Amino acid sequence: MIRLEPRNDVSPAMAYLAPALAVLVTAVAGAAIFAALGKDPVEAMRLFFIQPLGDWFSISEMIVKATPLILIAIGLSFGFRAGVWNIGAEGQFTLGALAGGATGLAFYDVAGLWVLPLMCIAGALAGMAWAAIPALLRTRFNANEILVTLMLSYVAVLLLSVLVHGPLKDPDGFNFPESRLFHDSAILPILLEGTRAHVGFLASLAAVAVAWFVLGRHIFGFQVKVMGQAPRAARFGGFIENKVIWSCLLLSGGLAGLAGVFEAAGPVGQLVPAIPVGYGFTAIIVAFLGRLQPIGILIAGFVMALTYIGGETAQIEMNLPSAITGVFQGMFLFSLLGIDVFARYRLKRIRSAAQAAEGAS
Amino acid sequence: MDLLQAILQGVIVASTPLVFAAIGEVVAERSGVLNLGVEGMMIMGAIAGFAVTLDSGSYFAGVIAAALAGAAAATVFGLLTQYLMSNQVATGLALTIFGLGVAALIGQGYSGETTPPLPVLPIPLLSDIPFIGPILFAHDPLVYLSVILVFGVAWFLSRTRAGLILKAVGDNHDAAHAIGYRVVLVRMAAIAFGGASAGLGGAYLSIVQTPLWVENMTAGRGWIALAIVVFSAWRPARALMGAYLFGGVTLIQLHIQGLGVEIEAQYLSMLPYLVTIIVLAVISHDKARAKLNAPACLGRSFYASS
Amino acid sequence: MKRLMTKLAAFSAAALIGGGALADDPMKVGFVYVGPVGDHGWTYEHDQGRLAVEKAFGDKVKTTYVENVSEGPDATRVIQQLARSGHDMIFTTSFGFMNPTLKVAKTFPKVKFEHATGFKRAANVSTYSARFYEGRTVIGLIAGKMTKSNTIGYIASFPIPEVVRGINAAYLAAKSVNPDVKMKIVWVNTWFDPGKEADAAKALIDQGADILMQHTDSPAAMQIAEERGIMAFGQASDMVKFGPNAQLTSIIDDWAPYYIARVQAAMDGTWKSQDTWDGIKQGMVAMADFSHKIPTDVQAMAQKAVDDIVAGTRHSFTGPINKQDGSPWLKAGETASDGDLASMNFYVEGVDGALPK
Repeated sequence: MIRLEPRNDVSPAMAYLAPALAVLVTAVAGAAIFAALGKDPVEAMRLFFIQPLGDWFSISEMIVKATPLILIAIGLSFGFRAGVWNIGAEGQFTLGALAGGATGLAFYDVAGLWVLPLMCIAGALAGMAWAAIPALLRTRFNANEILVTLMLSYVAVLLLSVLVHGPLKDPDGFNFPESRLFHDSAILPILLEGTRAHVGFLASLAAVAVAWFVLGRHIFGFQVKVMGQAPRAARFGGFIENKVIWSCLLLSGGLAGLAGVFEAAGPVGQLVPAIPVGYGFTAIIVAFLGRLQPIGILIAGFVMALTYIGGETAQIEMNLPSAITGVFQGMFLFSLLGIDVFARYRLKRIRSAAQAAEGAS
Repeated sequence: MDLLQAILQGVIVASTPLVFAAIGEVVAERSGVLNLGVEGMMIMGAIAGFAVTLDSGSYFAGVIAAALAGAAAATVFGLLTQYLMSNQVATGLALTIFGLGVAALIGQGYSGETTPPLPVLPIPLLSDIPFIGPILFAHDPLVYLSVILVFGVAWFLSRTRAGLILKAVGDNHDAAHAIGYRVVLVRMAAIAFGGASAGLGGAYLSIVQTPLWVENMTAGRGWIALAIVVFSAWRPARALMGAYLFGGVTLIQLHIQGLGVEIEAQYLSMLPYLVTIIVLAVISHDKARAKLNAPACLGRSFYASS
Repeated sequence: MKRLMTKLAAFSAAALIGGGALADDPMKVGFVYVGPVGDHGWTYEHDQGRLAVEKAFGDKVKTTYVENVSEGPDATRVIQQLARSGHDMIFTTSFGFMNPTLKVAKTFPKVKFEHATGFKRAANVSTYSARFYEGRTVIGLIAGKMTKSNTIGYIASFPIPEVVRGINAAYLAAKSVNPDVKMKIVWVNTWFDPGKEADAAKALIDQGADILMQHTDSPAAMQIAEERGIMAFGQASDMVKFGPNAQLTSIIDDWAPYYIARVQAAMDGTWKSQDTWDGIKQGMVAMADFSHKIPTDVQAMAQKAVDDIVAGTRHSFTGPINKQDGSPWLKAGETASDGDLASMNFYVEGVDGALPK
């Protein structure tokens, strides 16, 4: 009989091999679908996974897409380790874009190097404030943060809409629900000339580095890990549960808010109701694909970004419906999650008791 | 029928998809499985239900197909999380993405089609009761099914041996395994039930409420259902109330607009979410009342160490 | 030397053939949609326009479309991808694509961009929109005559000028034939959510509306109207399939004539950046067949309105009209300027309720 047995350590070989194998599995499964749609499966795979890696534009767009995913996922990973389920990063992201953008708009006729940092601080604070609500409700009212964060993300999107339709609307904009375009001091500097890859990417790299340090060497990282794995031990150890809850939520809220400002001040360049596109939810997948580890999240963020870009490329080049991106992403994720098992478990032949006795004699 | 009656009746109709999805997820989560793929399972049920109803002409076939489609989607999730021990949160989210995509793909040939909606089936005698009669007893069969399902699950969980086993598996899967219960099988069954029920919720949208198919027609209801499960503290009757509360406030804010109240529509749209948060905070605060904790093993992979 | 000559000969032959082949290469036209092609509303009609282009030009044109493109950060990338992959002309079919279109247009000066419902242009960016409000006038007239409860239910999406224009035009027309008519407006904050539109329809009907208008994209409201036995008007496409008894008529967006004309202009080299705001006259807005439920005299009245609009003798916004707060807007006989219409953010006098800011 064959069964799975946990490994002592995550197998590094499998961990790196898993994405490649997942691509293979997706290719095989996808081949059937593409054949059914009458399209060349090999070409589809190439467009989906390989093409985006082949030119600077696509790579730069992957950076643009991965930046918010990584930032948010790093923040979420602490909470998830501690059993604090922030499902509303989308809302904190939106509030961050709103606050940061509004700050930039407030000074639209003023130039200065201080505008952008001010916007970033405003955005991060707004995200933290939005996450403070579930923190308060959980610690004071015992209200489950899954519901509160989720509901608040809908509220945040509506808030963005009502403000962009109203006070933040561009006065010269024919009453379209869009804000003014951000002025030069309020736009994020670009990293790679001619692309949209902006300095926010450096921030996400910094977040990865800091997270790696905190998780490995700082007491907070330790608290978070213990609280998730052994909550009662955590209480005995004197880790105040409420403090960890607050810290995790504020951290993830702040990072999500920062990601929001970056998105508004970078790729978009103004406030529009369509800024929230689901990064808050995709980041949850990124966090878990990366096994809640900073380096893993960095890689997973890029992998997810690749699937988005690749999906668009396939749509454009092969005239496929947009649904194909979702199908592909889903299959790829399933394959990855399934194959990833073998990085944490190994296959073992278990002999039955009778066989063992036979062997011994 | 006066306006109040019409509103209350409308609330029940608008909330029924949420009831189906929420009650299914309650069962899954009570067994210890956190399945975030509700939206994916609902939309699969929606397209399956609509497509089969349209092609076969039979609502019954459509409803069965929807339940099966939802269960099938859930089973994929189950195989990955129970046999391959993949992370439940990520797998559930992957299911949502996958389900939405597959449904849209299958549905490509069905946009622009329509069927007559499922006819209303007033319960004789009961539907003649003044005031309450038309509100509660003059609905289509799926509404009745949703309520029966809720009370059926409540009875199952509290009064049957199988229900107790399910709860045991959810609270302490290692102990349950040690006693000899088949943890994985129980969970697979719960997951499949959750999927079937979510599928029915989706079918309600595409067969009854708006008999048509458009991609993403569930419009986030799966997520609301997940929130309702949390709101209900994993108790079936509370899930029913939560669904009606949310659906009710959503519908009422539309009525408020129609009555000419001078508040921004977006603020009114926020009401269902804010009200749900406030009510949750109030009921969670009262720790003296019944247990409010999630099943202890919710979201944790089960590995049989013996 | 011989090898070099052979290479040169081969190269020039290839260049000649290549040049010839280039001349025969189909022109690539891209379409960026904000919703799904299957919405049977806004995006569906744009896609019908695309199909008409394919039909009209055959092998000379190859079209591509990308659907469900959000108006946020992704739009720029999608448009840029189309521009980079050899598309000579790109149609971006939602106002939220305005700034992304302009951004990409700057870096691709040889590509021609057509942006729907926007107001910013460039040397290689044209704008176009349809005078849907003319259609609203027609349905307003019909509604005013046909309603028995004197309550028209209006399902509105977002408070943008286009939607407000529609409400005002419909109301003015209805009022002109029925001074007692009232309008109940519900904002659903979405272009497309069949469930929510259905709920809004039910709410309006429960509050006494016996005729529905919508500025959302799904046929859900029409279905509810059919179910409840009341009347309704379709939006963007002919929705009679969803409401065989309910639909009185529908406002149909027909982008085909415009799209074909613009592609032709690009091929002929006569394409210029311009702003086009066409209506019923130019065929961009059309009315679906009038239902036989509409009495002949009302049909005649509606048809006359259509004819007058086409002839230019009837304008949807002709004074005297005041704004909702009573302040004067148009004097007697004065017609609204395009500028006023493009930025309309107020209800006209007589419309109940506050316009969401």
